[in-house]
Amino acid sequence: MADTAVSRTATRWTLRVLVVGYLMLLVIWPVALVARETFARGLAPVIDALRQPEVIFAFQLTLSAAFWAVVINTIFGVGISLLLVRYTFPGRRTLNALVDLPLAVSPVVVGLSLVLVYSGRTGWLGGSLEQAGLQVIYAPPGIILATAFVSMPLVIREVVPVLQEIGTEQEQAATSLGASGLQTFARITLPAIRWALLYGVVLSLARSLGEFGAVKIVSGGVAMRTQTATLLVEERYQQFGVENSIIAYTAAFILALIAVLALVVVTSFRPDKGASQ
Amino acid sequence: MSIKIAGVGKKFGNFTALEDIDLDIATGELTALLGPSGGGKSTLLRIVAGLEVADLGSVEIEGVDATGLPARRRNVGFVFQHYAAFRHLNVAGNVAFGLKIRKWPRREIKARVAELLELVHLSQFADRLPAQLSGGQRQRMALARALAIEPSVLLLDEPFGALDANVRRELRAWLRRLHDEVHVTTVFVTHDQEEALEVADRIVVINHGRIEQIGPPHELYDHPTSEFVMSFLGPVTTLDGHLVRPHDLEIETHPFPDAYPGRIQRFNRVGFEVRLDIQLTEDEAAPPALVTLNRAAATAKALELGMPVWIAPVAGASQVRITTPVASGAEDLDLSTADSVPQPTFT
Repeated sequence: MADTAVSRTATRWTLRVLVVGYLMLLVIWPVALVARETFARGLAPVIDALRQPEVIFAFQLTLSAAFWAVVINTIFGVGISLLLVRYTFPGRRTLNALVDLPLAVSPVVVGLSLVLVYSGRTGWLGGSLEQAGLQVIYAPPGIILATAFVSMPLVIREVVPVLQEIGTEQEQAATSLGASGLQTFARITLPAIRWALLYGVVLSLARSLGEFGAVKIVSGGVAMRTQTATLLVEERYQQFGVENSIIAYTAAFILALIAVLALVVVTSFRPDKGASQ
Repeated sequence: MSIKIAGVGKKFGNFTALEDIDLDIATGELTALLGPSGGGKSTLLRIVAGLEVADLGSVEIEGVDATGLPARRRNVGFVFQHYAAFRHLNVAGNVAFGLKIRKWPRREIKARVAELLELVHLSQFADRLPAQLSGGQRQRMALARALAIEPSVLLLDEPFGALDANVRRELRAWLRRLHDEVHVTTVFVTHDQEEALEVADRIVVINHGRIEQIGPPHELYDHPTSEFVMSFLGPVTTLDGHLVRPHDLEIETHPFPDAYPGRIQRFNRVGFEVRLDIQLTEDEAAPPALVTLNRAAATAKALELGMPVWIAPVAGASQVRITTPVASGAEDLDLSTADSVPQPTFT
């Protein structure tokens, strides 16, 4: 008896050390180093860096692109989730698999394929769009498209299981009580999926803020025009000079900070699974 | 007539759920749709509610043709087996839902909700969430929610199916009292013959997508027109090519007119009841007949295993002639085996 108890404790501690060590080496330590590098010369250079117009512009562009990408993904994410769960139609399984595609395909490929479609000179849709006065590639619309593509599955994968779990009976009950489709959605379906939806939105916001590869290809990365925060980090990091690396580290630190904050806020708001029933 | 169903048919792929159903339900009546699961009774109820669309036929509610009317315009109260409680709304919010949709003034909603919660004995639970209620309480809440909109008909789909036996019996009696109080035309679906016999004014037996028989409970029990209805509504056994109720068989230890001689092959005491398998001596190949009698009667007759006896149906016993072979004769054909009874070919 005593032996097994001891060995069980030993196993538990070994596992803990392994997991914490793994997270330490892979996540915590590297991110902590970014923070240390950011503040290596104190607070003043950091504040200076944040006053740079290029930095301010990059963050504004990142935030607005992420905002629109999240709006698009929320609307279409809920729509696609409802379609996947509530209806059967030919091609449903294919659609279900396609939804995961952005997680599997490299963002660089995403960027290239968007250029092929929307580029003003060579893209098969881009030419006509440009004539209509809408430039997509090397402009904010392209950045939004690329960001939305990459973060598309996050809302859907959170909402679909909840929709499956709540079933259709509540919606049918609402209908028989006189509610229209829109009323049923607003009063019954939406409240039922609200936590999953919020979690999906925050995840996709975090993902959108950090997108690099696809955005790099579709945006061109011109400072003060199409350079997002992640592109700024890369550019400044590769340039010489302490000032540039401080800017790179500051931007990187803020990106990490926003992501962590978002996750902390959502985790603390989200009720336990049992309590939401 | 409150509900008039004419020529309704429904298929799911190749499976015929309902075939040519005609049924009239009178205003204020409490009707049970009774039958084995998969027999089509729930589909019929959902077609009346507009939650399912019939392939053929028409549905009329309170004289209005509702066939093409969407569910939300039918003014039908529907109660689901698994309650379908709105989980994010409290009890009062659930009951108020239909009234809010109908844009009732706030004060009137409040008064109506209070009145209904009183009716279903949930007044002190108004602020609870459904998750904090027991199954029986949730179902009473669902009933109040359905009644709130003053429906022209109240439809209940296996309303007590998810509850345990005691709560079930309690709610059953309570539903009967409630109906006598509220008097709304009510149709409920059940596969439990006891429930139908106890609660309903009229029973509609549905099997394989067709109506087998319609009538008041005692009439269906006493005068079933088919083997299926006979065996679904109560226990049956076979005697000389007829289905008979085991409690309708008279048993004596001496010969009497028209009696069949036999021998007690099995003696089984279950609570107050004694169950006897009687092997007929004239036909050794026939499955034994089941006779049930109460313990006092069995003691008075001094019945014992292996004893020669004589049995015959009592006067006025319900009997149905068997036209199709029954799988096993001696077993108590209750709910669990009723599904295997072949569909009768006569009416």
